Amino acid sequence: MNGIHDMGGMHGMGPIRPERNEPVFHEAWEGRAFALSMAVDGDWPYGADRYQIELIPPKEYLRQSYYEKWVTSLVELMIKAGMVTSAEISGGKAIGPRTKAGHVLTAAEVPSMVEAGYPANRNVPATPHFRAGQQVRARNMNPVGHTRLPRYTRGKIGTIVRDYGVFEFPDTSAKGLGDKPQHVYSVRFAARELWGEQASRYDSVCVDLWDDYLEPA
Amino acid sequence: MTTTRRDFLAAAVTAAGAAVTPELAHAQEHDHDHGHDHQVVPSDPALRVKALESLLVEKGLVDRAALDALIDTYEHKVGPRNGARVVARAWSDSAYKQRLLSSPDAAIAELGYGGLQGEHMVAVENTPKVHNLIVCTLCSCYPWPVLGLPPVWYKSAQYRSRAVIDPRGVLREFGLELGDDVEVRVWDSTAELRYLVLPERPAATEKMSEEALAALVTRNSMVGVGKVTLQAQGARA
Repeated sequence: MNGIHDMGGMHGMGPIRPERNEPVFHEAWEGRAFALSMAVDGDWPYGADRYQIELIPPKEYLRQSYYEKWVTSLVELMIKAGMVTSAEISGGKAIGPRTKAGHVLTAAEVPSMVEAGYPANRNVPATPHFRAGQQVRARNMNPVGHTRLPRYTRGKIGTIVRDYGVFEFPDTSAKGLGDKPQHVYSVRFAARELWGEQASRYDSVCVDLWDDYLEPA
Repeated sequence: MTTTRRDFLAAAVTAAGAAVTPELAHAQEHDHDHGHDHQVVPSDPALRVKALESLLVEKGLVDRAALDALIDTYEHKVGPRNGARVVARAWSDSAYKQRLLSSPDAAIAELGYGGLQGEHMVAVENTPKVHNLIVCTLCSCYPWPVLGLPPVWYKSAQYRSRAVIDPRGVLREFGLELGDDVEVRVWDSTAELRYLVLPERPAATEKMSEEALAALVTRNSMVGVGKVTLQAQGARA
């Protein structure tokens, strides 16, 4: 979706303000919000959590801090998955018989969960449609769902730098329409192709793009 | 969302046993809509998160000890010191450096790191002619196993919007002025690859131990918004 989250190339956000000796969590609730998001086993499809954050209306998206957005997304996903109800969230108390929980992460399982992560590559054969060195155009498409094709690349010509192999496709997965495994490439765009003459002729932006986002140029 | 701010705050207090704040007292005085500004979402995320945690524990959906372990992991075990060790090893051992560039997951795993939000790593090397910069314009993707959780500036709209269109301006704000003929190569982490910059080794460090080198490597240098210098304070900045 052409949401506020797709902010590459926007003007007007202001200067960057790094903080010296920044703590990992600024307040205790940030750590709890982070841990809740990691611990809840919702079994939602790949990309669904990102899409849920993208659905936060633009004004709210800019107002909420990072971990506030995580909590907003987590609550909505849990309601959709039937793990909690809106009434329970608003009442702060469980209502009715306990619904069947998925696996509940224990402290002893945390190290192995962190160490394993959630690989998104797929060990299935898929024909690569492009090869390193080839010129490609990022498709001009404007899907209303989740996508990883940033607006600033659409219609622009770049060069395949390398093929990273086969990965799940978030555009279909986030909608519950399946993995649609396909190749992901690093595509290098000259800064001037993206931004015009104001950019340095030496500079470039490399963007990781799935097969379905590209066409031969 | 049918939850009103007042309902939510009242519930949060009941559930979490929180103290009544002036803001909350104000909310409790009203049971009607009115003209002055109330945010749609509760302004106190601490109350909101506390209520949510209580509810999920009550429903048996999370275990508090697991939450504590997750927080401890990212506050004390996983952070930019890991990445600094990877960089120092690459500087000290050219065979390791080649492995890091060609098979980054395996090379990083040699030092015991990997996993969540670093399942598919890519290391990009800075040279006198190429300066790499990492961003995630769509989200805030960041290589957790080697750098820990991202700092606020990396997640900010300012950095995400500007890094791709004005990387040299961004670098200047971090105190880094690059020559006009240096290529600034920005990596937008749009897929599941996570990037680590291998910064240039500073001059006059030939005799330094790997451990001493690691102490020089900053988080910012591994994102690409800084260089490693002999004056560096270590990976905290």
